[in-house]
Amino acid sequence: MAAEVEPLERQVAATAGAGGMPRHHQLIFAGLLAFALVAPFVLYPVFVMKVLCFVLFACAFNLLLGFGGLLSFGHAAYFGSASYVAAHAAKVWGLTPELAILCGTATAAGLGFVFGGLAIRRAGIYFAMVTLAFAQMVYFFSLQAPFTGGEDGIQSVPRGALLGLFSLESDRTLYFFVLAIVFGGLLLIYRIIHSPFGQVMKAIRDNEPRAVSLGYRVQRYKLAVFVLSATLAGLAGSTKALVFQLASLTDVHWSMSGEVVLMTLLGGMGTVFGPIVGAATIVTMQNYLAGFGAWVTVTQGVIFVVGVLLFREGIVGVLSRWLKKPL
Amino acid sequence: MFELLGIPPQALFGQLLLGLINGSFYALLSLGLAVIFGLLNIINFTHGAQYMMGAFVAWMLLDYLGIGYWWALVLVPVIVGLTGIVLERLMISRLYHLDHLYGLLLTFGLALIIQGLFRNQYGISGEAYSIPSQLVGVQNLGFMFLPNYRLWVIVASVVVCLGTWFVIEKTRLGAYLRAATENPTLVGAFGINVPRLVTLTYGFGVGLAALAGVLAAPIYSVNPNMGADLIIVVFAVVVIGGMGSILGAVLTGFGLGLIEGLTKVFYPEGSAVVIFVIMAIVLLVKPAGLFGRTA
Repeated sequence: MAAEVEPLERQVAATAGAGGMPRHHQLIFAGLLAFALVAPFVLYPVFVMKVLCFVLFACAFNLLLGFGGLLSFGHAAYFGSASYVAAHAAKVWGLTPELAILCGTATAAGLGFVFGGLAIRRAGIYFAMVTLAFAQMVYFFSLQAPFTGGEDGIQSVPRGALLGLFSLESDRTLYFFVLAIVFGGLLLIYRIIHSPFGQVMKAIRDNEPRAVSLGYRVQRYKLAVFVLSATLAGLAGSTKALVFQLASLTDVHWSMSGEVVLMTLLGGMGTVFGPIVGAATIVTMQNYLAGFGAWVTVTQGVIFVVGVLLFREGIVGVLSRWLKKPL
Repeated sequence: MFELLGIPPQALFGQLLLGLINGSFYALLSLGLAVIFGLLNIINFTHGAQYMMGAFVAWMLLDYLGIGYWWALVLVPVIVGLTGIVLERLMISRLYHLDHLYGLLLTFGLALIIQGLFRNQYGISGEAYSIPSQLVGVQNLGFMFLPNYRLWVIVASVVVCLGTWFVIEKTRLGAYLRAATENPTLVGAFGINVPRLVTLTYGFGVGLAALAGVLAAPIYSVNPNMGADLIIVVFAVVVIGGMGSILGAVLTGFGLGLIEGLTKVFYPEGSAVVIFVIMAIVLLVKPAGLFGRTA
């Protein structure tokens, strides 16, 4: 998987090293922000917020898979547990939204530390199976634990007032709060990828024995990127709980873990902007196919199969090759 | 009647029996995964869907064609195994030169397609499959009643597992297989058609999953989601056992089934997660798995 994206990554490193964000990345970020600022006035705001939450989730996942080279098949555990805790904090403890989100995110970070610490003891396929198994454990826990509401989930979560001052009940107001969180998250991920830490991370992905021989403590880097990814996935999950005012078993189910893999694969793993495109595409598709029952699952399966067999670079990966620019 | 730690023996042995039944399925499925992984180096995520297909094809044979259980035991693994061979030739074989993770993603996608199609066709309520007339009834063991069919499932699973072990470890064909696992190029140089061996191995592994599906059909309701959750537990079983040895996979499967059964007696709330907790402990103590070789 590493070999295919390698040349592009070298270019990213070269341009970023020369001085901050390359010009075309600045333009894309500006374009995305402009689009996101106009979107709620054209499209249904809750739908756009859903897209935003999954964009952050997919980018957090891509940080681990695309740049850390670690395929976690259980990221729903962090997304979903954060969603439950944030919903519980907002509804039962009556915390303000920013504190509820903080609680959820911290939960995901803690879980990521424990599960990640165990999972990185195995590599490759085993790593994927271990993360999937731990996520299933979280699922069973959520099914039985008293505070999660079982099959019903936690419903009618209050959106509350930001810092206790600004009410977030209206969709438009909440939208800009969500946009700030997600955009901040994306910039943070961008910064992590292009930091010295990120360079070491990519070195470990491409050639682990060599990174070891250069004296890097590989396991610590792997754990760090796992925790970062889980934390940001938790941030996405907590935010989602406020948007839909709901935390449910769907968020922790293995199919959610599969969906985030699909978003990243479709958009292009190891690209900066791929997961954004992938998440937007998949969420839009689910929206239109919602009335067709299990055909959503079948379509997702077909995209997986076609993506893996013919289209491993993903949408943005192909664009990037055509434009001869790392995206 | 005597009591053990305050648990009535009927409940204890009943749960142990259930554990042994679950263990039979864990063993059959993890055996198939291990055989496929040994030669193809991919984790067959479709395994759960193929187990479900086994149960469904058995039900279809009975419902549409009137073909009963005993013929299904033979026909279903062949039919589902053949679909597996088609998948391997058309798709999976194109990924051998890539990172193994792509195999996982591809088979995950295939599992979604198969499960989605069956859900569209048959809904999620499930179909009933009755126990064959020869195996209806129970044995009275004095301390508990043992349904004949459940006894049959355990015996059949043990026989199939030992048979597979015998073929792989003790026969010439098995020797080719093990040699191809170690060094496919060299085995090919000796004039053995390795790609065909790989295809047949995949078909065989899939056939094992389908056989488990037929055995499961009379016990559990035949429904499109029956394999999806089971396969994740089997993954944990495989991580605990390690995929290095055939007998290791079988022993781990039965052992974990029993432990799960015991947990249901003494701490019911923990029974759904006990296997995952054991997996965490094994990862801490012996990361390669109980019977695993270091990767």
